[in-house]
Amino acid sequence: MTGFPILSLMLAVPAVAAVAALFASAGAARTIALVATLIDLALGLDLWANYQIGGPQWQFVEHAQLFSGFSWALGIDGIALVLIVLSVFLMPICIGASWDAIEKRVPEYMAAFLFMETLMIGVFAAQDLFLFYILFEAGLIPMYLIIGIWGGADRIYASYKFFLYTLLGSVLMLIAMLWIVNLTGTTSIPVLMEYNFPVQAQYLLWLAFFASFAVKMPMWPVHTWLPDAHVQAPTAGSVILAGVLLKMGGYGFIRFSLPFFPEASAYFAPLVWGLSIVAVVYTSLVALVQSDMKKLIAYSSVAHMAIVTLGLFAFNRQGLEGSMVVMLAHGLVSGALFLCVGVIYDRLHTREINRYGGIAINMPHYALFFMFFTMASVGLPATANFVGEFLSLQGIYKASSWTALIAGTGIILGAAYMLYLYRRVAFGEQKNADAAAMPDLTAREYLLLTPLVIATLWMGIYPESFIAPIRADIAHLDARLAAARPAGDAQVTPGHPVAETHESAEHSGEGSEK
Amino acid sequence: MNWASSLRLVAAEEFLSVSGLVLLLVCAWAGDKSARLVTWLAVAALVVAGVLVAPALFGGVFGAEASAFYGQYAADSFSSFAKLLIYSAAGVSLLVAPGFFERQGGYRAEYPVLALFAALGMGLMVSATDMLTLYVGLEMNSLAAYVLAAMSRSDDRSPEAGLKYFVLGSLASGILLFGISLTYGFAGSTSFDAIHTALVGKMSTGSLFGLVFILVGLSFKISAVPFHMWTPDVYEGAPTPVTTFFATAPKVAALALTMRVTLFAFGMQAAAWQQIIVAISLLSIVVGALGAIGQGNIKRLMAYSSINNVGFMLIGLAAATPGGAASMLVYLSIYVVMSIGGFVAILSLRDAEGNAVEKIADLAGLSRSKPGLAFVLAMVMFSLAGIPPLFGFWGKFVVFQSAVAAGLVPLATVGIAASVIGAFYYLKVVKVLYFDEPADKVVGSVDGVHAVLLYGSAIVISPIGYLFTGWLGGLAQSAAAALFHAA
Repeated sequence: MTGFPILSLMLAVPAVAAVAALFASAGAARTIALVATLIDLALGLDLWANYQIGGPQWQFVEHAQLFSGFSWALGIDGIALVLIVLSVFLMPICIGASWDAIEKRVPEYMAAFLFMETLMIGVFAAQDLFLFYILFEAGLIPMYLIIGIWGGADRIYASYKFFLYTLLGSVLMLIAMLWIVNLTGTTSIPVLMEYNFPVQAQYLLWLAFFASFAVKMPMWPVHTWLPDAHVQAPTAGSVILAGVLLKMGGYGFIRFSLPFFPEASAYFAPLVWGLSIVAVVYTSLVALVQSDMKKLIAYSSVAHMAIVTLGLFAFNRQGLEGSMVVMLAHGLVSGALFLCVGVIYDRLHTREINRYGGIAINMPHYALFFMFFTMASVGLPATANFVGEFLSLQGIYKASSWTALIAGTGIILGAAYMLYLYRRVAFGEQKNADAAAMPDLTAREYLLLTPLVIATLWMGIYPESFIAPIRADIAHLDARLAAARPAGDAQVTPGHPVAETHESAEHSGEGSEK
Repeated sequence: MNWASSLRLVAAEEFLSVSGLVLLLVCAWAGDKSARLVTWLAVAALVVAGVLVAPALFGGVFGAEASAFYGQYAADSFSSFAKLLIYSAAGVSLLVAPGFFERQGGYRAEYPVLALFAALGMGLMVSATDMLTLYVGLEMNSLAAYVLAAMSRSDDRSPEAGLKYFVLGSLASGILLFGISLTYGFAGSTSFDAIHTALVGKMSTGSLFGLVFILVGLSFKISAVPFHMWTPDVYEGAPTPVTTFFATAPKVAALALTMRVTLFAFGMQAAAWQQIIVAISLLSIVVGALGAIGQGNIKRLMAYSSINNVGFMLIGLAAATPGGAASMLVYLSIYVVMSIGGFVAILSLRDAEGNAVEKIADLAGLSRSKPGLAFVLAMVMFSLAGIPPLFGFWGKFVVFQSAVAAGLVPLATVGIAASVIGAFYYLKVVKVLYFDEPADKVVGSVDGVHAVLLYGSAIVISPIGYLFTGWLGGLAQSAAAALFHAA
């Protein structure tokens, strides 16, 4: 624990830079944004380096009684740490991706992104219920502007839909939070995480929180804002939306729904499972028939997020850890896929899959990167998604084997739609002369994609770096959920050694399988 | 109780009356060329009056030591809180007036004087602890307001607004007076104190009717649904500085008055009026939100927005607790700042000929021609919608908090869900400002006083405002305590 308020500093750097960018020229705004996000990346890595694994649950704690009714309370555990690192890692890449692609109103664009970064870090670092809510909700404003100003042709519809959907979801959560604070008299998240709410009250409260996080996640059937928002948002907007904003839903489940209301979570777990397996199968099938690249990846996000919810509501360590890894992996991989789409969109200004074809011939380097991320999205071993999906499915198998069986088909369908996409874009004939004339990756694009490749491989080959900080927190959560854990239908038990079995079979019939 | 102490307690009203009369003489003799001077003197008079009432708020004065003229008037911390808001709002609408009227072809010296008398009337309203003081204050304010609405004689809509306001306002006053007479008949007194003690236990049908009529009359004044019909027309027709005035000061006065009547005079009958307040608050939220969606004129939109916001404030009243009253005062303060920011921005929207631009469609792409102005207007819109991190969220937050604390969870849930409908039309304005292609209708710059007010209110409604929550909440609590302590 350090006396230096590093979290506040991480919030202040982009906030100050946002104001500065607003008053700067286009060129200066780009530089300000890049420098500020790189400073935050450095601070984030410092945070990671100084985080004591096995140390106190909450580290880098700050507390200031600045407001009436709530306080400026920041602090992180391992779960928040890895999500903050993901956010600050993706931000410079987003700024880089917008370097040339955004030509109009650059200062405002950079200001919106920097403001967004402040809010994202704040959401993960907040230790006060209302501070969390304010930062969580505030993210709507910059994202609304990013989609609405710099988005595609149908941007206005998409921006309204994004805003109103997520707002309706979260206002109910506010009422639940007010009720909680009225009951317990505290706004401190760490205290509330240990508070035992009356079981009767938990159900409604759980549903109110669920309304918010399910929309944010997004879960089927409230996912429909996501494809619209993704398709219309500029590339960097999609990256940050898929990479970080969707994680707020998962973070909400793991930080609030599960530890606050374990009994209600267990009660509603079958509902979550049901919605998730529908999402896995349905959105994967929908993704198969998309003709728009961004929409396809958006639907694949919904399917991946469904694996996350399955793992979270499996009520065991494998599921919880797996969900966290899927969230991180999806942040990297789907962000990278949106960047890949952005690369060819910048050249041809269309997302129609049919307009491309055979670009492996004229863009071999691009095709290699795109293939890598396609494979990573499918969940090939040695990439990040494999670790997470494997653990999540293992977790859910212990809770409900049928659910795991159906969810497993999602992996196969995922391979189908991603490979189908890749075949149509990269292989085959070069149907269009303009697509065939596209130049290969520029140095800037190399610079954006390479860190993502490294991170994806790192997480796939040595996930311990990412699982180590969260292990203790997951164990803590697992212990809290233990009492409420629903009995699984496929409990894996260690087998009996041969000799012992032989002996016991002689004496009695206790070798029965049930 | 002696005359000296009573006269000392009403010092602010005395000062405003005398200054109003003196300024009236000045403008009678010097004519319209003295208008700017009279305006500045009127603002100075409001500042002095504010200084005179401030000690009661910061000292937390209540009960017998604040009571004047045999319980007809209370200079307690509650009235002081409301008066400070009223005087500041009135001062702002004076400051923005000269520029506007001079462009319209002539600023009349009567304007500041009338605003001063209206402020005096509103001061009486919020201090009233007797039905007769209440009525005198209300009428004093209303008569000045009718004339103010009709101030712009070159614009046809302005006299129309004045007439509508007058006809409906008199009707409301009549209803209110009828309610007062019924209440007097059943309680045997016009004093709030006596009504409070007389109306205990089961309410007789007659006194219930009195209560309903009083609430109807007051609902007109706060423009709560279903008595809101005059609001859009008057807001649109009245000259914009006057609309700024109507949206802020009289709203504070009428709501503060409603609070004192319900929470104190009818304080023992909370169950009787709570359901009425719940109904009109939900209706106001929904009708205000739905009505605003179709509006093409920004002033009409602000009118529906004020109806919508009054609905949210009434949720705090429905709680019928000191916490609820304090939350209303916090909301009112933030609402006044948001309205000032919004209307000053609207005042700054002018086309090439210097005429006011009021059509929302004409604001298209304002963010590119006038980034500062568009930014503040967008902030006001998000803030009125109650989206954090803007300060408007805090108003809604405290109101819902008090409702939940009072056990009104269903009301809070429905109210907050309806706020999403409201968010739609605020978003529509932001969309026009930021997403649409520029119409380049708006030219002209934001000058001196306007810029100070515009950016000043922008700073308050920015997240910086949260730093004041402790201070504002403390003052509101002390003011609300005075309201209940008198009981």
